[in-house]
Amino acid sequence: MTLDTTEPLLVVDDLAVEFRTDEGVVKAVDGAAFTIDRGEIVGVVGESGSGKSVTAMSILGLVKSGRRVRGSIRFRGRDLGTLPAKELRAIRGAEIAMIFQDPMTALNPVVTIGRQIVEALRLHDKKMSKSAARDRAIELLALVGMPDAAARFRQYPHEFSGGMRQRAMIAMAIANGPSLLIADEPTTALDVTIQAQVLDLLKVAQQETQAATLLITHDLGVVAELADRVVVMYAGRVVEQGDVTTVFTTPRHPYTVGLLESLPRLDRDVDELHPIPGSPPSLLSPPPGCPFHPRCPLARDNCRTDRPELRVVGNGTAVHRTACHYAEELAAVPTEVTG
Amino acid sequence: MTAFVIRRILVNIVVFILIGIGVFLLVRAAPGDPVRMMIRPEDLQEGSEAFIQARREELGLNDPVLVQYGRWFLDAITGNLGDSFVNRQPVSGLLLERLGPTVLLMSTALAISLLIAIPLGTVAAVRRNTSVDYAAAALSLGVISVPSFFLGIVAIYIFSLQLGWLPSSGMSTPGGGGGTDVLQHLIMPAAILGLASAGPLTRYVRGSLIDELSADYVRTAEAKGAAPGRVVTRHALRNSLIPLITIIMINIPQMLAGAVVLEQVFAWPGMGQLAVRAVNAQDYPVIVGFALYVAALVLICNLLADLAYAAVDPRVKVT
Amino acid sequence: MSDLRPSLDTPEVAAAEEVVATETTAAVRSQRRSPLGMAARRFRRNKIAVGGGVFLLLILLLAVFAPLIAQQSPTAVDLGAIRRAPSGEHWLGTDASGRDVFARLVYAARVSLLVGIFAALLAVLLGTVVGAVAGLFGGWLDTVLMRTADMMLSFPSIVILIVLAGILGPSIPILIVSIAITTWPTTARLVRGVTLAVREREYLHAARVAGASRGWMLRKHIVPAAMGQIVVVGTISVAGAILAEAVLSFLGLGVQPPQASWGNMLNDAQSLTVIQSMPWLWLPPGLAIAATVLAVNFVGDGLRDAVDPRQSGRS
Repeated sequence: MTLDTTEPLLVVDDLAVEFRTDEGVVKAVDGAAFTIDRGEIVGVVGESGSGKSVTAMSILGLVKSGRRVRGSIRFRGRDLGTLPAKELRAIRGAEIAMIFQDPMTALNPVVTIGRQIVEALRLHDKKMSKSAARDRAIELLALVGMPDAAARFRQYPHEFSGGMRQRAMIAMAIANGPSLLIADEPTTALDVTIQAQVLDLLKVAQQETQAATLLITHDLGVVAELADRVVVMYAGRVVEQGDVTTVFTTPRHPYTVGLLESLPRLDRDVDELHPIPGSPPSLLSPPPGCPFHPRCPLARDNCRTDRPELRVVGNGTAVHRTACHYAEELAAVPTEVTG
Repeated sequence: MTAFVIRRILVNIVVFILIGIGVFLLVRAAPGDPVRMMIRPEDLQEGSEAFIQARREELGLNDPVLVQYGRWFLDAITGNLGDSFVNRQPVSGLLLERLGPTVLLMSTALAISLLIAIPLGTVAAVRRNTSVDYAAAALSLGVISVPSFFLGIVAIYIFSLQLGWLPSSGMSTPGGGGGTDVLQHLIMPAAILGLASAGPLTRYVRGSLIDELSADYVRTAEAKGAAPGRVVTRHALRNSLIPLITIIMINIPQMLAGAVVLEQVFAWPGMGQLAVRAVNAQDYPVIVGFALYVAALVLICNLLADLAYAAVDPRVKVT
Repeated sequence: MSDLRPSLDTPEVAAAEEVVATETTAAVRSQRRSPLGMAARRFRRNKIAVGGGVFLLLILLLAVFAPLIAQQSPTAVDLGAIRRAPSGEHWLGTDASGRDVFARLVYAARVSLLVGIFAALLAVLLGTVVGAVAGLFGGWLDTVLMRTADMMLSFPSIVILIVLAGILGPSIPILIVSIAITTWPTTARLVRGVTLAVREREYLHAARVAGASRGWMLRKHIVPAAMGQIVVVGTISVAGAILAEAVLSFLGLGVQPPQASWGNMLNDAQSLTVIQSMPWLWLPPGLAIAATVLAVNFVGDGLRDAVDPRQSGRS
């Protein structure tokens, strides 16, 4: 394996994924591009339908009926899209592991938790004995804070609470010491009280494995708490990206501004909430030009015709990019959302 | 669990009694006088009217229906289902001696149908919309559309009469015998019966596997790096076979219906052949006995379907 | 969302991503055309189903115009010409009583279709009423009716038919009623489901307040909503009923000679001599049953896919 130290761990470049439906072609991802460095936590935020989940699934080649029409996904210099199925499987669950949204359905209901973790271990280490795998699995369960791990090992998913299942899911994901963890809405399906615990556990897991983490979420709070960098997606494209503090304090895309203003905060009155007007565009026939223009307060004529590309903005101390023709106008407006 | 089993058994007993009442009333409502049935037409002469009345009195047929039912019920629960009108033998004995061949035929057919349905349904689900899938669909539709008795006749024509490979009727060769002999007699009826129930089962396996293959845990298994074959057999198929156990149990009575017809075609000495003969001879006690046996089989299968489901699926917790 | 964290998800959008995520393409259908028009269009595109329909139409014409097509009488006994092989005079030969097999085959189509169609109609009617009553009244009545339906479904219908025919005696009306009795539960389950769904809908609550009767609800809302699926179930029931008639008549418990039915024509084929040397006696009626039932099932499958495209290719 070539370890290219100059290239980031994961490079998603101009990725476009389409789904054919009876109504036409759905452009779920349309030119997404971002990178992740070793050990870095990157949050991808966006509404449902922004393409963030499809992007995450594409990394491991798990989007079945969708077709990748453009772009590449390079992991440690290797293009995952052109890798033979067998080599891709060797990466799945070993170097890149995934944590899914709903732990209620993501675990096999008729196989014990223990056997599911053992399977993850033995799939990538054929020489590992059953008893060694069992010991390691119990160790992992204990690591993710599962009380009485040895007894839990023998139980079925339905005997676990939602939070415990997500812990088991995380144990399974870090089993082989991955260098990239993809967490797809890891807390969305959980109770509020459990969400914080699982987020803490994700932090612990990340420190434990030193794995870079791709955190897919619609929850800006989760990003603020965990991520180093943030990628904002809208209608299958990246509209803004940069380090979390920069993007959240000085957003340079009207959509990001809208997201932040729609955030309820304890220190503000409820009537100051500003939801973004309108609704996300149809992915069957996305609007020409900037996909956000129908909802954008800054939209001008050229926004309706010219598609803005990602470009560097700000003072250049940290790389902050946005896809807006009029990003500089936002710089003039002081945002109150400053954390 | 025990409470659940006891409750289900009690419910089934009540249903069984209700079915018994239904069959009893149906026979009473039937046209024709059972006493006249028992007398051979040639014995019916002048003056036998008085004899018939005396016989009716003797058999209690002039008592109120409720009394008659009570008497019949008490007899029935002690295993006395009366005597056949035709050969005067006890109905229970007649049915019991034919139970074995029917069970042999049905269990062989069940094994055959599973050996066809599980692999075929799995391949059809995994290779959706390919020629294998279409072939499986054609087979399923074919076997539910072509009457099994016609398939039986065609099979006899080809394999017994033209090729001379297999015997066409009965369960063993008179005088001969042995395991291989019975097996040779068993092959055709069991294969046709198995094929007939493999059709719906294949569609079932395919449908439920397709549902399972789109489940989240399948994606998890793929994300773990499991190969497609392993994802199907260790994960999806395991889940889709759990409801299959219930489906098989529910299908056993339907299979009996097929057996009844095929026993007639292949002169297989089972309960179905006995029932068809009894119906043609209007031998009511045997018909009633057969109906009660079938009812018991259906209820037991339903009960087993529930219990099997509870036993196999770790999610089902019965209290 | 119960917490203070913002949710960016609107229901419609969430549904849309569901589509993309689970890749169920069929769910993104527009409602621009009328459901009936779309169903008809989908049915016409299904060549196998259309082929089945054309074949059934031919059989139906054959049955209706039987006297014009068959030159011989189906019941005229000619003891001088027993079990003759096919010839110019008797296209498919003669049976054990010297009756013309071709004429019997053509006239038998009448009986098979009559029993099949009427039994299915009766079953659908019965099932619709029972299902609607169960769904509309609910409570213990619902429980009793649906338990009975489940019970009926778990019994092998052929066995019930044999017992009924054995006790009540074989005749066409009893045959039709018996088949209907064993077939109604499928429709009842379906209609009950639709009834419960329809009942939940807002406008019916309003209609009930306005004093609408249950009969009105049945005619105006439930039946139209369930119609597509009722037609599908009804069609598939026709196939089942034709098969049931054939089996019973084959066993001598259905249509009685001299009247011809495809099933009782095969009744002769219980002797090895007939099977071996007189295939004209059993091959044509057997093929007729198989082809007709297959055609009905093709149409039924086509209708199901047309009415409910999401079900296509499933179970």
